[in-house]
Amino acid sequence: MSLLDYFKSSKKSNTAATAKERLQIIVAHQRSQRGDPDYLPMMKQEIIEVIRKYVHVEEEQVSVAMDQNDDNLSVLELNITLPDR
Amino acid sequence: MAQIIVVTSGKGGVGKTTSSAAIATGLALKGHKTVVIDFDIGLRNLDLIMGCERRVVYDFVNVINGEANLNQALIKDKRCDKLFVLPASQTRDKDALTKEGVGKVLEDLSKDFDYILCDSPAGIETGAMMALYFADTAIVTTNPEVSSVRDSDRILGMLQSRSRRAEQSLEPVKEFLLLTRYAPNRVKTGEMLSVEDVKEILAIPLLGVIPESQSVLKASNSGVPVIVDQQSDAGQAYSDAVARLLGDEVPLRFVNEEKKGILKRIFGS
Repeated sequence: MSLLDYFKSSKKSNTAATAKERLQIIVAHQRSQRGDPDYLPMMKQEIIEVIRKYVHVEEEQVSVAMDQNDDNLSVLELNITLPDR
Repeated sequence: MAQIIVVTSGKGGVGKTTSSAAIATGLALKGHKTVVIDFDIGLRNLDLIMGCERRVVYDFVNVINGEANLNQALIKDKRCDKLFVLPASQTRDKDALTKEGVGKVLEDLSKDFDYILCDSPAGIETGAMMALYFADTAIVTTNPEVSSVRDSDRILGMLQSRSRRAEQSLEPVKEFLLLTRYAPNRVKTGEMLSVEDVKEILAIPLLGVIPESQSVLKASNSGVPVIVDQQSDAGQAYSDAVARLLGDEVPLRFVNEEKKGILKRIFGS
């Protein structure tokens, strides 16, 4: 690096800080799904299709979450927001 | 009983094979009988990095299928008599590796080796899952770059749910971070994630930091693991990592920008 670059680089924005921030968010999201069984995304898709036979719902109106409580107990939580008639 | 170590990363091209070759050689040079296995079925490359590509007769899949025994397939290293290579097969058969087959080979190797290094392929397909399944220790090779760090985190998730130790509720796989292609000058100018950043995100202990180095390409060109080149920064950094793997406490080197003379600063390098 020459002397000229040295002055230029000091003004450059800190992209490493941006990278760190983005990674922290995506990694936290990844980890929240870590315990989920493999079949969960496909099951969610099928549940949405069954509901759609009767009511029109968008994908984001259905939330499926698997919670691991202690004592070998898993809870499947299904939340569907039905549209107003 | 041998200790089984997987060198893994998720992302390709971060230095798994370079690191496997270097660490296996380092362990053997310290007197431990070591075998390094290429799990990248169909894309064999460890043999090239180790410089034994012309001596491959039988491979890992031949041994699994009973077409050759271990003694026929293991290649003894030219430089170190405690080091052996088990090359990958060039077959395109995706089901060549089975849990039973791999388990049996590792069990047989365990009887007369101290360390078994599994060089994982990239991705999360069968080869990568087989390489990490039996591991006692995992070396997660990561570049200070967003996609590599994210994939490393995915692999850590796999180690914690899909390994034999996780499935059988044994003591979890010991996970270590090996940060490769590190450029201290770019960290200083804020254009590269620092060791601390990556450590904080992945939250696993650090095994070593390998600086970006011209010696790595030179080593692979000539088929000599870079750790053999003790004049080079990368070679010395791998030696430090091996020492830490064996339980020694060694201070980190090559993480700060090397001091340049005044003339170099003004006229550039």
